[in-house]
Amino acid sequence: MADANTTPYVGRAMKRIEDPRLITGAGTYTDDLRLSGMVHAAILRSPHAHARIKKIDTAAARAIPGVVAVLTGADVNASCGFVPCAASMPDLKAPKHTVLAGDRVYFVGHAVAVAIASDPYVARDAIDAIDVDYDPLPVVANAEDAVKSGSPLTHPDLGTNVAYTHNVSGGGNIDEAFRKADRIVKHRLYHQRLTPMPIEPRGVVASYHAGEGALTLWTSTQIPHLIRTLLPGMIGVPENKMRIVAPEVGGGFGAKLNVYAEEALISHLAMRLHTPVKWIESRRDNASATIHGRDQIGEYEVAVKNDGTILGLKSKTIADLGSYLQLLTPAVPTLTGLVLTGCYKIPAVKMEIVGVYTHKMATDAYRGAGRPEATYLIERLMDVIAQELKIDRLELRLKHFPAPGDFPFPTSCGLVYDSGNYAAALTKAKQLANWDQLLKDRAAARAAGKLSGIGVSTYVEICAMGPSKAMPAGGWEWGCVRMEISAKVTVITGVSPHGQGQETTFAQIVADRIGVPIEDVVVMHGDTAVAHYGRDTYGSRGTAVGGTAIVMCIDKILTKAKILAAHLFETTVDHVVFEKGTFTSPGVTNRVITWPELAGEFYVAKNLPADLEPGLEASSFFEPQNFTFPFGTHIAVVDVDRDTGQVTITKYVAVDDCGPQINPLIVEGQVQGGIAHSIGQVLFEQTIYDEDGQLVTGEFMDYAIPRAHDIPDYILGSTVTPSPVNPLGVKGVGEAGTIGATPAIANAVMDALEPLGITHMNLPLTPEKVWQAIKSKN
Amino acid sequence: MPVHVHVNVNQSDQHHDVEPRLLLVHYLRDVCGLTGTHVGCETSLCGSCTVLVDGKAVKSCTMFAVQADGSAVTTVEGLAKDGQLHPVQQGFWECHGLQCGFCTPGMMMASVALLAQTAKPSREQITEGLRGNLCRCTGYSHIIDAVNHAAAHGGVRLQPDSAQGVARG
Repeated sequence: MADANTTPYVGRAMKRIEDPRLITGAGTYTDDLRLSGMVHAAILRSPHAHARIKKIDTAAARAIPGVVAVLTGADVNASCGFVPCAASMPDLKAPKHTVLAGDRVYFVGHAVAVAIASDPYVARDAIDAIDVDYDPLPVVANAEDAVKSGSPLTHPDLGTNVAYTHNVSGGGNIDEAFRKADRIVKHRLYHQRLTPMPIEPRGVVASYHAGEGALTLWTSTQIPHLIRTLLPGMIGVPENKMRIVAPEVGGGFGAKLNVYAEEALISHLAMRLHTPVKWIESRRDNASATIHGRDQIGEYEVAVKNDGTILGLKSKTIADLGSYLQLLTPAVPTLTGLVLTGCYKIPAVKMEIVGVYTHKMATDAYRGAGRPEATYLIERLMDVIAQELKIDRLELRLKHFPAPGDFPFPTSCGLVYDSGNYAAALTKAKQLANWDQLLKDRAAARAAGKLSGIGVSTYVEICAMGPSKAMPAGGWEWGCVRMEISAKVTVITGVSPHGQGQETTFAQIVADRIGVPIEDVVVMHGDTAVAHYGRDTYGSRGTAVGGTAIVMCIDKILTKAKILAAHLFETTVDHVVFEKGTFTSPGVTNRVITWPELAGEFYVAKNLPADLEPGLEASSFFEPQNFTFPFGTHIAVVDVDRDTGQVTITKYVAVDDCGPQINPLIVEGQVQGGIAHSIGQVLFEQTIYDEDGQLVTGEFMDYAIPRAHDIPDYILGSTVTPSPVNPLGVKGVGEAGTIGATPAIANAVMDALEPLGITHMNLPLTPEKVWQAIKSKN
Repeated sequence: MPVHVHVNVNQSDQHHDVEPRLLLVHYLRDVCGLTGTHVGCETSLCGSCTVLVDGKAVKSCTMFAVQADGSAVTTVEGLAKDGQLHPVQQGFWECHGLQCGFCTPGMMMASVALLAQTAKPSREQITEGLRGNLCRCTGYSHIIDAVNHAAAHGGVRLQPDSAQGVARG
């Protein structure tokens, strides 16, 4: 029976069940696997952004003692299929993406050859000994250049650098909106390319069991199930003979939401060499050959009346896709189009997105995937409009919020926002920030000659991905709950958490609803031999979609349990009362049945009703009918040093509404982690390729992610607006920080610089760039 | 040619013949079987591989195993004693100082070294002390909380004998 002193578990800031193994060094990440006979692979990558491979000489590498094999594209590509892209777009022009380069390389980091050796050091010696003769070819490394006539072509055989053109239009007549406008506000924004940089690089271990014709693949991934769906088509092992395991995964952020060449290549090598093969990515390879994010350039026009009323929004965006399409590459920019209007009533929209190939690593889903871009642009635009029309930026926002009674709220972009109270979040954030005092402090600072700024962002985002009709390969989620004969509860989920804490939050949900101590609940995930089906972890879907599948299982279990309890009480189901783990039948009998007794009866199975199956297990697929739409308000206060250009965040307030919180401690961690990504994006992160397509930011030395001293103290708050889309009411919180924070911090810096007449700067706002801007106005 | 090394790892004497180019982190992981110490960058920038060598926080990806000959090394596996978590481990657990857990061993070893030097560090001393350790999940706030928690609960305790090298006979 559950302890009355500890339930309900839901809503409590509990420490995590998964932590003891992780804080004692007992977790097993991919690189920690040691299989008998295992050999090690190292991959040689192209130093050129575009070149013809004239010759590859592997003789010296093969002669090194301990080297098992050295293979090139000619040796393996025919057996490894093509790296898949799951996002289909009309008229999409897509290059064939082999696991190793064919006769050309298309980006710095493009895999050219693989060496396998008994020792990882020897494997690296071997790739150093491979001699590749390259003939460099013309390079295009800038997406705007790539669409100009005469540009070098990324893939000459495609005949164009344009992969696709995607148009979004909705709401009223956009041309009429612009005709009726008093003013057209124009702005150009660049969402710089970012590198996700999980601290654990990718890694793969493959083991082939020739007798059964079965493959086991351990891979540092967010999506073991999607890999099991897609890898069979690459290497010819059928889905039902393929086991994919995501062991402990050291961070993902979208970088591991993909099917990578190495997953097919290393699987093939295990089959070909008849021995387990391990490949662990170096940091340099992670920076050059794991997906990047963002990289969109947009020109935006807003039709406004003089009183601030927004009539319409037009945009043209060029999205830099890099040289190849990874799993969701072309779809990510289209997500920007889905939430372009933010949390505002904007009656007409039109967006054109042009996806462009360049000689760079592919872009794909990085934390937020399309929504940070949309939120940054609409929130910058709101400030620009307020500034041009000289109206209060909060009033402008409030004026365009849908009211709580307007939900479900259909947007001009074609979505229906589930629930919201945007003004409440803004009001709470103002209170927590002490808004009026902030304005006085800023005025005083400015009077003293300082550059002080306040930035606000009111955001809405898309979570709980999602309805299958809107997803490339199913957006449902699967779960299974089993009460064992011992009355312990085994929960299996098809989501694949890698830090999000669902071993804890799902146990909280299950323990409350079944009425057992949380210590008796185990949550399993990430192994397709255990979690047979799933659509994995991305898009802040774990709890809203995966958790709901678990709730459905619990409902089935309780329904079945009541049938047996009624049988044992010699009554009917409608006379059975279930509460906190005990079954009673008031008025019928004084007998009390607890789970251990009932579980025993289910599995001993000597006294079951004739039509009741033994065992107490249920599985469910949950198909969400809509996305969820979390929202909130972030307020950032910054000081800018006139002499150095250094930006310091002096206050940060975030009010996020992700619906009811299963575990507020975990929610807080997700929000703080997300904001840190934004601090990086606004202040110093940028993936840089030079004009020759050389990657300049290939290590942590050159690609600056935030360190502890970059982080301000936060004032965090929340409002709670349940979602009607799922029975838990939860909305998701994995990406909110990254979506809400970037515009708040950027707007604060621009506010600080506004007295100097500086109206726009591209991110990141590095000290050098800010100092140059200040200097240009002196 | 392999070189003999004698390293006291988590208070256990280890004798091995290793290649001179073998990094300490690979010695710990692959020779000693202690996979709690992680490799995140191989360039001493991320700090995931941080261990204590003679009581000092060291990035074991940029030190050779032969350079640790004669030293005492403490890894994350050596923090808990008799089933009792070290106060730093307890702090990280209590304060949700980890999400994916990959940087956590290095982050905790750096925290142990920090608290050995500064028993009650200020926020600035904590962020300065952890400057060499990257975390991409937590955004650091809960890590700062974790170190404060450890400081308030006896975190200054270093493991006995961990600051001394091996006895040479």
